[in-house]
Amino acid sequence: MTRLARIPFAAEALLVLVVIAAFFAFPYNLAFVTRILIMVLFVLSIDLVLGFAGIATLGQAAMYGTGAYAAGLFAVHVTAAPLPGLVVGMVAGAILAVVSGLVLMRTKGLTLIMLTIAVAQICHEIANKARDVTGGADGLRGIRMEPVLGLFEFDFIGRTAYWYVAVVVFVVFLALRRLAAAPLGLSLRGIHESPERMTAIGAPVYRRQVLAYTLGGGIAGIAGALAAQVTQLVSLEVYSFTLSAEALIMLILGGTGRLWGAIVGTVLFMTVHHVAASADPFNWLFLIGFLVLGVVFFLPGGMIRLPAALMRLGRRS
Amino acid sequence: MSLILNILIDGVAYGMILFMISVGLSVTMGLMRVINLAHGGFAMLGGVVAHVLMSEAGVGYVPAALLGIAATVALAWPLERLIYRRIYGFGDLQQVLATIGLTFLMIATVNRLQGSTLLALPLPGGLAQSVDLGFRTLPLHRIVVIGVGVAVIIGLWLLIDRTRFGIRLRAAVDNRATAGAIGINTGLIYSATFCLGAGLAALGGILGAEMLPIEAYYPLRYMVLFLVVVAVGGMGSFAGSFAAALGLGLIETASRYLVPEYGTIFYFACIIVFLAVRPKGLWGRLA
Repeated sequence: MTRLARIPFAAEALLVLVVIAAFFAFPYNLAFVTRILIMVLFVLSIDLVLGFAGIATLGQAAMYGTGAYAAGLFAVHVTAAPLPGLVVGMVAGAILAVVSGLVLMRTKGLTLIMLTIAVAQICHEIANKARDVTGGADGLRGIRMEPVLGLFEFDFIGRTAYWYVAVVVFVVFLALRRLAAAPLGLSLRGIHESPERMTAIGAPVYRRQVLAYTLGGGIAGIAGALAAQVTQLVSLEVYSFTLSAEALIMLILGGTGRLWGAIVGTVLFMTVHHVAASADPFNWLFLIGFLVLGVVFFLPGGMIRLPAALMRLGRRS
Repeated sequence: MSLILNILIDGVAYGMILFMISVGLSVTMGLMRVINLAHGGFAMLGGVVAHVLMSEAGVGYVPAALLGIAATVALAWPLERLIYRRIYGFGDLQQVLATIGLTFLMIATVNRLQGSTLLALPLPGGLAQSVDLGFRTLPLHRIVVIGVGVAVIIGLWLLIDRTRFGIRLRAAVDNRATAGAIGINTGLIYSATFCLGAGLAALGGILGAEMLPIEAYYPLRYMVLFLVVVAVGGMGSFAGSFAAALGLGLIETASRYLVPEYGTIFYFACIIVFLAVRPKGLWGRLA
């Protein structure tokens, strides 16, 4: 990793190769790989909010779900072109994030965590009650997407969907890499390390946190919109607590604040989940539980720190 | 008039359940500074043990409930010694994650042993009856719940305010380093408090099974409910938890009776507004 980091864009190129290799390696599991990619985007949004800005959240699904419903409704009622749908999903997620963020960022610690959960629950309740608009518990149906850019038709095995999602995720990933190195990204890191000192040197901590939460909300909205467009269905599950919690676990599993951790953790978690759930649909929760405890107790920096930890272990013995 | 009385009785009974389950959570947060998302799991475990004893061993309601509480305490003790002790020093996020992991393990265990169906805790004939107050009848169960809740509050108040243990506990909450320095065994206080909280949660889980049915996903389903009580009441405050549990129980019951369509939305909107105005809760000393 360290040697790779010295060559410009080597890591990004490696990522592109992995995405291309995955397309040929799993021709019959493209839908699953696509789901992993969407989840990577969602976890990246949490990494921005939590890993960069240090805002503990267990309710990121609120923005994901809102993006999904917005994109789904847009496709049903306005136009089924995918790219405008993404923009609508992003804006919807960002709007919810800025509105709720203005209140949430006033709190911290447990109160903050709890309020983020509460926002997702309210969204869940509203989507459940507004049956005429969202389809309630039956889910939002009837999403039929037009070809991407009018050129690439969505096909039955999901080849177009895969490339469409891969390109969107990659573009957002590059944007986040850019952000991490930009003054805003550095200032968010500073707020994460010590809000008091950042206040002392004159940084507008509250406004920066709201901004980070809004950006994260927009990215989560894109992820939700992608999910709605690719699966052509939006169900109430998009607002579930489990989604937020699992995404958080993926992030911690991989390691926070480095963007790569979000990718590593998501791929690992989704693969373990997929294999364990298909091998034993009733007891996979055991495995996830032990995995989480194992990482928290033995690998606090996440999987991305595993090589360094192993090296240290090797040197000691 | 009868509507108001109904709301009052149901709301107070519901609030008492919320208090019994949440008070342990509030104290562990105030004392050990640990965000224990697995706390609802103790309420579920008490209910599950009682259910198994009643349905498979034919034990009566009261002994089954007592054994359920005892079993939960017996499990909470080693859990605190072996796992939670290590969690205390972690950051917020690590604590959240570790306790979510524990919650998953609890759910998976119950799911494996009992399946994911509702686990009924049938009330004994006497409790299921109604009592005639002369001007109207009330379900006896609600009155028993309120009575037990009042007894728990008085008991806790006596324990905290009048005993040597209570003095030490309050000292440890205020400043654990100083409390340790003057010879208070804070480790023992932690364990005892944790077990007390877990036992009360089990009591609340069993008594409240009518309102919050016991099932494998119980800890996740009602987690927010218990966290809300702690956040609104203020961490580490008994009086705060009690006032918050009672108030929230009444508000939720009232909104269910009066605006059933939008009850949950109204309830959470109230909480968000309240916490935006008072981020530390009613009597919170810690934010």
